[in-house]
Amino acid sequence: MIELSNVETAVPGTQPEYHFPPYVSSIARSPRMPLVVLPETLTERTGPRFGPRLVRNGDNDLTAHHSGEPIGERIFVHGRVLDEDARPVRGALIEVWQANAAGRYRHKVDAHDAPLDPNFAGAGRTLTDEDGYYWFKTIKPGPYPWGNHHNAWRPAHIHFSLFGAGILSRLVTQMYFPGDPLQPLDPIFNSIPDEAARMRLVSSLDMKRAQPDYALAYIFDIVLRGRSDTPFEENHR
Amino acid sequence: MSVKARLIPSGSQTVGPFFRIGLQPLVDEAPACDADATDRITIRGRVLDRDSAPVPDALLEFWSADRDGAADQDGFAEGFQRTATDLDGNFSVTMRRPAPVALGDGAWQAPHLLVLVFARGLMRHLISRVYFDGESANASDVVLLGVPAARRCTLTALREAENSFCWDVILQGEQETVFFAW
Repeated sequence: MIELSNVETAVPGTQPEYHFPPYVSSIARSPRMPLVVLPETLTERTGPRFGPRLVRNGDNDLTAHHSGEPIGERIFVHGRVLDEDARPVRGALIEVWQANAAGRYRHKVDAHDAPLDPNFAGAGRTLTDEDGYYWFKTIKPGPYPWGNHHNAWRPAHIHFSLFGAGILSRLVTQMYFPGDPLQPLDPIFNSIPDEAARMRLVSSLDMKRAQPDYALAYIFDIVLRGRSDTPFEENHR
Repeated sequence: MSVKARLIPSGSQTVGPFFRIGLQPLVDEAPACDADATDRITIRGRVLDRDSAPVPDALLEFWSADRDGAADQDGFAEGFQRTATDLDGNFSVTMRRPAPVALGDGAWQAPHLLVLVFARGLMRHLISRVYFDGESANASDVVLLGVPAARRCTLTALREAENSFCWDVILQGEQETVFFAW
């Protein structure tokens, strides 16, 4: 008989529960039956890898690609992607999307009565470098109302999607901004029970990376599950 | 085991309703499946909630571990496909038919795909697997055998035609799809 260990589950409190009634959309969409233990096989230990040719020069600059400058507060967002052993995750594909400075997404489902910006699409992507480092240039997104409860407003945030060393490293999350008074009121932010884990989704102002007379900067480090033991950054075939 | 302090993985947050802004390019740019027609499968289905209402804003990712996942010449990972549901909750994905996946010591898993499910309302993505109706290896697959017998059918795509399968993702309810702990 082959001995297989099971897929590890998260440290309690550090990840949201699927069923979280303050976030109303979770009620009818979250599983209720017990999650089944999954042996860790080759399927779970491997994952997709993306190469440099997928990402074009300038894909990490959300303020470019249009005829003019977008409206809003220009910022840099940067940081490192690390594994659980604090080693850099190299070649990790990061995809981001966000609302514009007025709190409006360029998406047909977004009915918020705030202006679209013809110079801002709100999407970017990049691959981390040899040190697991990434950066984006963008506009600070605005808060916006949503229908979860009376007078519900999302704190300003940028959506992040990441691929790490294996499929179990996959992460979709949101980056928040320091000092946003909407955070304590937001069920999505507060779905993570552990306060320290929650606060790790809040970026920090970074005056070292801020560019004088041009743009402020926020630093946001991300930790992915697993260990980057296996070569990951290059096509090794 | 290691006593060294490990970092805690960053918390997950919902993909929300607007994910196509950032996540659609990887759907659009995926190379067409280059497998021969006989070696190519299509899985179509619906994502449904507790009330059997279609989920029009779900994102599904399929991972086939029988290849090594390396990036192709355009930088795209082999064995990976992302798709999103339409307004009626329908999705469709076409991939190379997965081969059996090694388990170790000469043993094999039945052909399968790992599936990640993201949606507004899901604070953390769900992990499932899809197997294929009629594969004799299903009966001895180590993961399927770990699933309560009455629920195994939720992980099996039904054959509609030679290379076409149907598999629904039911997020909650009596027929709830099996999702794995992670």
